[in-house]
Amino acid sequence: MNSVFLAGLYRELLLAIRDTADVVTPLLFFVLVGMLFVLGLEPMPELLQAVGPGVIWVAALLSALLGAERLFRADYQSGALELAVLSPEPLSLHVMAKLCGHWLVSALPLLLLSPLLALMMNLPTQALSVLALTLLLGTPVFTILAALGAALTVGLRGGGSLLALVVLPLTIPVLIFGSRSVVQAVNGEEVTGLWALGMLAVLALSLGPPAVAAAVRISLE
Amino acid sequence: MGKESWRWFHRFGSPPHVYGLADRMVPWFAILGLACLLTATVWGLAFAPPDYEQGDGFRMIYVHVPAAWLSLFVYVLLALASAIGLIWRMKVAHAVAIAAAPLGAAFTFLSLATGSIWGQPMWGTWWTWDPRLTSQLILLFLYIGFIVLNRAFQDQRSGDRASALLGVVGVVNVPIIHFSVDWWHSLHQPATIAKFGAPSIDTAMLIPLLVMALGYKLFFAWLLLRQLQAELLQRERRAAWTKALVTGPGGTVK
Repeated sequence: MNSVFLAGLYRELLLAIRDTADVVTPLLFFVLVGMLFVLGLEPMPELLQAVGPGVIWVAALLSALLGAERLFRADYQSGALELAVLSPEPLSLHVMAKLCGHWLVSALPLLLLSPLLALMMNLPTQALSVLALTLLLGTPVFTILAALGAALTVGLRGGGSLLALVVLPLTIPVLIFGSRSVVQAVNGEEVTGLWALGMLAVLALSLGPPAVAAAVRISLE
Repeated sequence: MGKESWRWFHRFGSPPHVYGLADRMVPWFAILGLACLLTATVWGLAFAPPDYEQGDGFRMIYVHVPAAWLSLFVYVLLALASAIGLIWRMKVAHAVAIAAAPLGAAFTFLSLATGSIWGQPMWGTWWTWDPRLTSQLILLFLYIGFIVLNRAFQDQRSGDRASALLGVVGVVNVPIIHFSVDWWHSLHQPATIAKFGAPSIDTAMLIPLLVMALGYKLFFAWLLLRQLQAELLQRERRAAWTKALVTGPGGTVK
């Protein structure tokens, strides 16, 4: 059981190292979206500080969506996904390994990049730890929901915009709790949304892998 | 308790059986639904007393609230049918979910539109990020995602199962969305806007509202059955029973 998970994780990381473009593109996209907002708005420090948490969270969400579109595509085309379905080990374990690997190469660097965006948005330093913590709790949920959408649309042509339409409404609670918690931290108020984010993360981590596995099965039927 | 007791359930898996059943039920729902709608409209618009604050403006409640109730109800129904379709691989259940989706979306849109029209004189603006309006808007997007995903597949069965899974995930998400939107709203705007449809509503206003809600439900059931029949005919267009419907028993195609 365990070796399946580790082998899957190793494969995912190896693929990411061999093809860095796939990993770097969503990260650059994350920074670019942040920059575009600044350029689209007036660069007034108070204004940037007010909209900053929301912009960073939306940018993280869109970046997760962009990265997830290709999550299953190569495995679907090469037949590796079919082998995972046919293998005697539970499919959710394969899926879990894939999602963990994907999170490590897509969301973790994004987390490390988030202080950069916080600087661009003129967020005070006291909010940085809350921003990192909320992203740590929220990005796994984004990864799982985006993977669900990606698994459902993997067999369709032009699944990108469909993926967004299907996934984005489901991500709203995470966006609200994450972004608002950062806003509270920026304003120096008590942060009250963390427990809800943690709850959503636990819910997604426990129900997500079987749901994504079911979605993969449906797409391969 | 034997196989016998489950026969009624298994028969719902048979499209011709459900089609025939719908045919027999449609007149009842149609007549009762229209009667309720008509009664409640006349009662609510002409006989219910005007509100002491909102005057006649409150009468929008008779269109708005039943639609809002129904929009959530239909989504739960859609998710239930989806789950039944996924678990027992029942084609008819998927057809019910697909038939219900555009109706639910329409009721959601109706509640949004009437809420907005009511908000213009009451709140002084067409749109405000009231938690209920916001939740309804998200619900509308959930419906649209469901419909679009289902239609995106060439193969009907894959589309049915994919959208069904989305429906089930969506229904888990609906209470979370409501909760998060309420929380979001409570942070920056502590209840300044008077809640709409408060429990302190007068009985003289409430009774027509309940009749209207019942009328909406029956009206929905009528539309759902008709939509379901159309969906079944379309899906089973190559089956013998649909051909028999067109030609009559033993007849030939004209």
